[in-house]
Amino acid sequence: MKFYEYMAKDVLRRHGIPTPPGRLATTPEEAEAAAREIGPVAVKAQVLVGGRGKAGGIKLAQTPEEAREAAKAILGMDLKGYTVEKVYCEGKLDIDKELYLGITVDAGAKRPLVIASASGGMDIEEVPEKAIVRMHVPVPWGLSPYMGRQLARRLGLTGSLAGQFADILSKLWDVFKAYDAELVEINPLAVVGDRIIAADARLNVDDDALYRHPDLPRVSEATELEKKVRELGLAFVQLDGDIGIMANGAGINMATLDAVKHFGGEPMNFLDAGGGSAAEPTAKALELLVDKKPKAILINIFGGITRCDEVAKAIIRVKQEKGIPMPMVVRLVGTNEELGRAMLKEQGIEAFRSMAEAAEKVVELARGGANG
Amino acid sequence: MAILIDEKTKVLVQGITGKQGRFHTQQMLAFGTRIVAGTGPGREGEEVEGVPVYDTVEAAVERHGANASVLFVPAPFAKDAAFEAIAAGLSPVVIIAEHVPLHDAMEIMAFAREKNAVVIGPNTYGICTPGKCKMGIPPNTVFTPGPVGVVARSGTLSYEIVASLSAAGLGQTTVVGMGGDRVVGVSFVDILKRFEKDPETRAVVLVGEIGGTAEEEAAEFIKQMTKPVVAYIAGRSAPPGKRMGHAGAIIERGRGTFGSKVKALQEGGAQVASMPWEVPDLVKRALA
Repeated sequence: MKFYEYMAKDVLRRHGIPTPPGRLATTPEEAEAAAREIGPVAVKAQVLVGGRGKAGGIKLAQTPEEAREAAKAILGMDLKGYTVEKVYCEGKLDIDKELYLGITVDAGAKRPLVIASASGGMDIEEVPEKAIVRMHVPVPWGLSPYMGRQLARRLGLTGSLAGQFADILSKLWDVFKAYDAELVEINPLAVVGDRIIAADARLNVDDDALYRHPDLPRVSEATELEKKVRELGLAFVQLDGDIGIMANGAGINMATLDAVKHFGGEPMNFLDAGGGSAAEPTAKALELLVDKKPKAILINIFGGITRCDEVAKAIIRVKQEKGIPMPMVVRLVGTNEELGRAMLKEQGIEAFRSMAEAAEKVVELARGGANG
Repeated sequence: MAILIDEKTKVLVQGITGKQGRFHTQQMLAFGTRIVAGTGPGREGEEVEGVPVYDTVEAAVERHGANASVLFVPAPFAKDAAFEAIAAGLSPVVIIAEHVPLHDAMEIMAFAREKNAVVIGPNTYGICTPGKCKMGIPPNTVFTPGPVGVVARSGTLSYEIVASLSAAGLGQTTVVGMGGDRVVGVSFVDILKRFEKDPETRAVVLVGEIGGTAEEEAAEFIKQMTKPVVAYIAGRSAPPGKRMGHAGAIIERGRGTFGSKVKALQEGGAQVASMPWEVPDLVKRALA
């Protein structure tokens, strides 16, 4: 779960990391009032995607009036698919130097990884490898203060700045641990005169650990449809094509998309009905797919724990109760497959054994639909 | 021979008294797995499918010499259960649960490293040596004994490929599901090393997917392998994954994509199938 910048900043502040003063605003008038209180501000769109500055989501305002105008321009704008509903008005900084500091999980090493760079700010992805300093954090001991001093030295920081940097890293580690974070990041970490200040912040909390944090606000970046699907315990990603896809398991789903593409079709979506799903979620997933009105539907099920007769039952129920107006191809193998295929056949639904044949067939049907 | 588990493995089922534990104990027994005991705190003295239940792993080890464990324990309790198994010296420890917190997974792996335990999962279907032992939840019907080692990240796609191998007359030595999570116990390289040493394994199938850099690391190791490796990578047409942020991009640095994985594997000397159904033919050719 991603936190908005203003929420992440709030967390950092409460852990003692210096941040500029800031106020959240949902109207131009609130932005104006914030600037009156704070002085010159940066008006920053609160969205859950990076690259806001380049996309016009951050504007500087010297006066309260300018802040109002800036907020007016940013609020409601579409930023990489997200409508901006809130802006964060934050005291403007005269930045001398931008650093980068982040802690994330290095999956390969199975350890947290601290990443720092003396050249932060925009385009951190483009910073050359040699300008990036990395340090794994040993589990379970965690981060020791010396690591901050060492990192500061490697970044070329000295004196008070080095001390401040090390202190900020220790506190950032506390946040990383306390919030079950998969990522906590300050970019830029701004050097302003003789002080170091977090000018932007990201905090992504591990969804699987949210049960341990009942008090945290819940932020969702999912579309309405994605939310609905998630409530059913399924995973859905919208794509650009016209062939509706459903399979049980993430890997086989991706393979199914690849297969459809291979035969010249364009998948409309990724829909994972779950590796071990029963009739109920399968039916719900299929209903959802039908509602999206694809040109054709491909269902690819490899029954393991999932029984093919259960899947067949779900498909038949949706067909009878809701109707499936578009052509549909089912690929059904695994546990109880003979039974499942016989049930479908009775209802006039073709079921294939081979994934390749099923994918080829659905592409052909989708094309037929386009011509007729 | 096989890797990690065989007919001699004395399996403990942690969480045997739960619904999943009970069902899959029955399935594993039907497969021929030598399950010697189960645990269910507070349930000592009961039996599940004829298997004695204990409160602690320690008791199960003392009484029955269990030396490997499969966990049917919900995610919030998986860390504790895994620690108990690792502390008792069991290996492999197979963690089926999905949604185990990332920080818990890192702690489990750190403890496993200290105790030299092999952890499979979390979020895995498990591991299977056809004809001998199965620890986990894959369907019993797709496996046949034979010369091909299989290692994969995702479940159903493994079944798909294993079933296609079986249908083509290509049985398996051991099939390992590493787990779909970001932090899992064994890596492709760990498993490839074992297959390379296993005299019965004559070819290896690696089933990967986009994201992470595990396949690229595997590609480096494949260079020094004497056995042929056939790979399939799912996700050629998937949209670029929702990146977790700058740090993710900094770690991966252009790796982790479909193209980078295929390129690395080919350069490492693996045959890469473009579709899953091409795998058996490539394996046949490699074995010929």
